[in-house]
Amino acid sequence: MSNLGYTEKVLDHFRNPRNPGRIEDADVTTKVGSAACGDMVQLYLKVNPDTEVIEDIKFESFGCAANIASTSATTELAKGKTLEEAKKVHFKDVVEELGGLPKHKVHCAMLATSGLKAAIMKYEAKRGKRTVDEDFVKRMMTGVLDPAKGLNIVAAKRVDRIEVEGKKVRVVLSKDLDDDTRATMAEDILSALTGLDLEVSVE
Amino acid sequence: MDHASTTPMAPEVIEAMKTAFVETFGNASSLHQPGLAARGALEEAREGVAGLIGAKAEEVYFTSGGTESDNFAIKGVALRNRDRGRHIITTSIEHPAVLEPCRYLEQQGFEVTYLPVTKEGLVEVDVLESVIRKDTILISMMHANNEIGTIQPIAEAGSIARDRGIAFHTDAVQTVGKIPAKVDDLGVDLLSVSSHKLHGPKGVGALYIREGTNIEPMMLGGGHERGMRSGTENVPGIVGLAAAADLAGRNLEGDMTHLAGMRDRLAEFVLVRVKDSWVNGSRTRRLPNNLNLGFSYIEGEALLLRLDAEGIAVSTGSACSSKKTVASHVLTAIGLRPEEAHGSLRITLGRENTDEEVDFVARAIVDVAEKLLAMSPFRRS
Ligand SMILES: Cc1ncc(COP(=O)(O)O)c(C=O)c1O
Repeated sequence: MSNLGYTEKVLDHFRNPRNPGRIEDADVTTKVGSAACGDMVQLYLKVNPDTEVIEDIKFESFGCAANIASTSATTELAKGKTLEEAKKVHFKDVVEELGGLPKHKVHCAMLATSGLKAAIMKYEAKRGKRTVDEDFVKRMMTGVLDPAKGLNIVAAKRVDRIEVEGKKVRVVLSKDLDDDTRATMAEDILSALTGLDLEVSVE
Repeated sequence: MDHASTTPMAPEVIEAMKTAFVETFGNASSLHQPGLAARGALEEAREGVAGLIGAKAEEVYFTSGGTESDNFAIKGVALRNRDRGRHIITTSIEHPAVLEPCRYLEQQGFEVTYLPVTKEGLVEVDVLESVIRKDTILISMMHANNEIGTIQPIAEAGSIARDRGIAFHTDAVQTVGKIPAKVDDLGVDLLSVSSHKLHGPKGVGALYIREGTNIEPMMLGGGHERGMRSGTENVPGIVGLAAAADLAGRNLEGDMTHLAGMRDRLAEFVLVRVKDSWVNGSRTRRLPNNLNLGFSYIEGEALLLRLDAEGIAVSTGSACSSKKTVASHVLTAIGLRPEEAHGSLRITLGRENTDEEVDFVARAIVDVAEKLLAMSPFRRS
């Protein structure tokens, strides 16, 4: 039986994912990745406001076995940790937890941990513990992928400018994108910033 | 359930090859008894393969498989006719064994037109007609596509090519032995065959070259295959191909009905149970053994691995890699968005599959799709 180069642990997380599903009354949710890449996850977090412990975390996935396994392992590593601790979950921890990933699938672990970080930052912003500034928006944009390059849109140099004025956020994408790609990216950007009570425009 | 990738060898093929290994081990070029026995087996095999495709034996050239046959036809015709013109027409959904030689020729100063296809994966004959130029020297159009099973209007295209005096090649790797593929009915000058797709051994194939076609040899050397493809012949492999061709020819009608029945049963079962699922390609102009299902909100590799765990081997048009999106070029050519192409599953049946197996697979697909759907962020609540 083939396993596409996956370890037993990856296959186990893939077949019996930990924490799959959604939390209807989540304190924060975030979607990272791109459907066009076939690599997308959505995380749901329930956080204790006093202790800042992640009491529950669930995920949904549109992705390959590595995507599902990475996100499953990430939720396991994050659950029960404080936000500060959980922020430190590195993609290498996830790869290690899985007993390794094929080289060309390591980006799946990166997507999962960057999703976790984005969710935590978003939670902090919601609670007023973090100001929504250009830097914050830029960090959120790193969860949006450019399907043509397989990189996040910041690394792929697709974001020309980010402007933040109070609750108004303006993201200017590079000129050389075709309409279809631009529309999909805009959609992904909006969904990356939902739940923050912001007025987002993408150009 | 992945017979478009390859097929198990038929028992009859194995028997024929065993005999060939033991009794006709000679070099078919030698003049002594073992050599003559090998030559006899070789020429008998040539007759057999020619019979299946309605050709004359001397128009059949044995090769190392589908890839070589495609390279032979395309490079051979292009290089021999470069003084007459440098324009080639093919389609955007060909196998890499056709596309890559075309790209190579582009680097050598040829121009290649890649015809678009409809949503069903069909080439439109009037579009073909409209791109033909005075300097067009070759048209290469696959008989049926390996991913979505769409059968092209080869006979119509062939008659256009013949009227204009343009050499016409078809990659019939997915059709020979599965549906009728006679060279005169199709009106082709060149036709590629691969043995391992029709229950024969791997590493063997054939190229049909119509008498009078201008083409360069594939291999230079000792002059085997009438000087077109030098190299001591792989007699057991070729005998295996001929045995497979014989079997396929005898069972063609029955196999087609049996396969199409299973294919449709599988499709119906899944389509009515899984929301947002569809069939990629054409429902009518389709290989009897090919089903390509599309699923919204699910990624193909995840489907494939889960089915593999149930002992079911299928294939997908999705390949997730860090470099970039590699959704299948065929599925994007029929207009699927990349996220739709990622949710594709190809099931290709074979003669030895049974109704019970198909029912088991159908239930497994529905079950796995439901599980993955429940985990998808796009699922509508
Ligand atoms: C349409 C088509 N052409 C060519 C080939 C290559 O044939 P072979 O594997 O014999 O080289 C294949 C097989 O993958 C095919 O499906």
